[in-house]
Amino acid sequence: MSTTTDAKRKAPAGERVADWADGRLGIYSLAKANMRKIFPDHWSFMLGEICLYSFIIIILTGVYLTLFFHPSMNEVHYHGSYVPMQGIRMTEAYASTLDISFDVRGGLLIRQIHHWAALIFIAGMFVHMMRVFFTGAFRKPREINWLFGFLLFALGMFTGFTGYSLPDDLLSGTGVRFTQGAILSVPIVGTYISMFLFGGEFPGHDIIARFYSIHILLLPGIMLGLVVAHLILVFYHKHTQFPGPGRTNKNVVGMPLLPVYMAKAGGFFFLVFGVIAVIAALFTINPIWALGPYRPDQVSTGAQPDWYMGFAEGLVRVMPGWEINLWGHTLVLGVFIPLVVFGLVLAAIAVYPFIESWITGDKREHHILDRPRNAPTRTALGVAWVTSYMVMLIGGGNDIFATHLHMSINSITWFVRIFYFVGPVIAFIVTKRICMGLQRRDRDKVLHGRESGIIKRLPHGEFVEIHEPLSQSQRYSLTAHEQYEPAEVGPAVDENGVERKLTRGEKLRAKLSKGYFGEGNQVPKATAEEYREISSGHGGHH
Amino acid sequence: MKKLSARRRHPLAAVVVLLLALAATGGLYAAFAPASKAQADETAQSLAIEEGKKLYSVGCASCHGTGGQGTTDGPSLVGVGSAAVDFQVATGRMPAQQPGAQVPKKPVIYDQAQIDQLAAYVASLGPGPVTPTEKQYNPEGADIARGGDLWRTNCAQCHNFTGEGGALTKGKYAPSLEDSTPKQIYEAMQTGPQNMPSFPDTTMPEKEKKDIIAYVKSVNGDETPTPGGFALGGLGPVSEGLFGWIFGLGALIAVAIWVAAHTAKAKKS
Repeated sequence: MSTTTDAKRKAPAGERVADWADGRLGIYSLAKANMRKIFPDHWSFMLGEICLYSFIIIILTGVYLTLFFHPSMNEVHYHGSYVPMQGIRMTEAYASTLDISFDVRGGLLIRQIHHWAALIFIAGMFVHMMRVFFTGAFRKPREINWLFGFLLFALGMFTGFTGYSLPDDLLSGTGVRFTQGAILSVPIVGTYISMFLFGGEFPGHDIIARFYSIHILLLPGIMLGLVVAHLILVFYHKHTQFPGPGRTNKNVVGMPLLPVYMAKAGGFFFLVFGVIAVIAALFTINPIWALGPYRPDQVSTGAQPDWYMGFAEGLVRVMPGWEINLWGHTLVLGVFIPLVVFGLVLAAIAVYPFIESWITGDKREHHILDRPRNAPTRTALGVAWVTSYMVMLIGGGNDIFATHLHMSINSITWFVRIFYFVGPVIAFIVTKRICMGLQRRDRDKVLHGRESGIIKRLPHGEFVEIHEPLSQSQRYSLTAHEQYEPAEVGPAVDENGVERKLTRGEKLRAKLSKGYFGEGNQVPKATAEEYREISSGHGGHH
Repeated sequence: MKKLSARRRHPLAAVVVLLLALAATGGLYAAFAPASKAQADETAQSLAIEEGKKLYSVGCASCHGTGGQGTTDGPSLVGVGSAAVDFQVATGRMPAQQPGAQVPKKPVIYDQAQIDQLAAYVASLGPGPVTPTEKQYNPEGADIARGGDLWRTNCAQCHNFTGEGGALTKGKYAPSLEDSTPKQIYEAMQTGPQNMPSFPDTTMPEKEKKDIIAYVKSVNGDETPTPGGFALGGLGPVSEGLFGWIFGLGALIAVAIWVAAHTAKAKKS
């Protein structure tokens, strides 16, 4: 206690506050361990920050909206300031959203910030995941964090869905009806789940209040926990970095958290907030006043979900309306198959790291990122997935594409049906060829140097282009990646000449490994010997 | 009388009686029918019909037939009424440029007087919906909210929430009502042009048509306020999603690249 009085006389105020806090929270050791934490510099490492900040913006604006929103399906007659809805019967949920839009100070701006930030949040997660995927940052030790990120993406989709359904307008109500249809298509339990979720027949009187709890409490609560866990793991694993001189699997080259990244990240938060606020101030999103209240007997054309549910919409739109009638029961394959595919498309993201590590059999830690070209099969698989996803988005918006491109909606639907299967194959082949080409280019650059664009005429008349040799560090960066050997199943007979029994799994693994790393699936990188041979021999002339 | 009575079984007696009866009926009709006013109109009307027929022979007959009876290239116009002609020609849809899934809106090539003449001629082919008067379609004082409700029940499934239009099967579409006049909207409901069902007064009375027109013009007119800012076409989540990706996330990635490019660098000695 006497030391406190000593400090009072000597130390400045800031230090005294810090001392006080350290005595109770142990912040000094925490700060010592983390304040000088090094983060590498690359714009693509900031994609996650976009997600984090838009998530914070969504929470802040969401709290404001809860102050004025009434999650109730009681019917009222509207008497607010929006004339085209005067006297119309609607639920309190819709009426209060109209009030937020027209009668609450700043309500419409906050609503639009909330909604735009939500679209950008999920789009940001999509791009962030693509960055992690294509650079191989999901490899050991980060598989769990990949799963956390995947869960955030999936939960973000459902949080968004429950959120845009809350105003109980005609557009979102159609979406809820769509979802109920999907639930009903589940064999055996579908009807029960629907009755349980809606508290009886659709639409009932409960769904908005239930979605409200899910949207503002359950899902964001889980997501907040996952975000914290995600960030703790980023700290714990340390950030990955692209290959380069001085960068190894055991270090991180970059700038310290304090002061550089604190300033950068803090500033970036305000930039993200600013960009989203400007967009929300200038561009309408979800003008619920123009949509009308939800009534099961009304519907509008152009009824799409927000973009992140668009591929589900597409799956249902392009699926032929098959159904099977057996023993008085109907199995609606036209809806149930899309529901299953919806799950599989998402599950593919979650399981990929485990599939790849099984194929490579690599149990080491990886902190140096792959350049996408150096993992052609993975990159091609990723692009194939994205292609199928994008094709389905076109399917989900087929009517808008039809009217605005002056095409037949039937032709677009057939295009989507065919390209959902053909597109990914083409994308896979094309991407792989491009990656291989880029690998060859890298190899060529390392061995022969960069094309300088200077043409030289030799005494005997021949024209040659001068190749400038790369610097040592450039050569290092281009050859730092390691290349796997394809896994072999081993000899067909063991040392005693007895036929070895191979499990189906082993054979499949060998096959996949050959597809990933076998001949023709990667270009052998330039070796030091090759380089020495070329640079010592007939220098540069090629 | 004897003469008459003697000839009452003459083979031509029935014919004579019939002729007398016809003459009497005709004479009575001519005497009592409200003739005078109609006659005055008829001269102007018949002149319009005559002029309309000339225009029709040049611009329409190749597809609809010389007498409006229709051909394999165009439907019969008997009974479509003047409202249909006024709608189709005044929106430039007719004369059609080429066959296709649907005849689109085009610049109008007739003036209103010519359109009226064409309408008079086609109306003379058979009774049909009559071009509405301004009293019928003027939405002044109509119930906008009720119109919105009717719109969402009857129209929105093809024309979108606020009349931005939407796709139908095989290249057909419900057009945007952005530039449609109240008269044209009224006529479209009366006559059901192209793929649209018709909403005659028996199913949708004049007042309800007015309410709908009032709603469309209040949410999709020149003076419609857009409280949220630029409306991005009023097409809903597809345009919002595209905008969010390209301009929202695009701008943020551009900002991220800018921030990453401005890093603290150790000074080179």
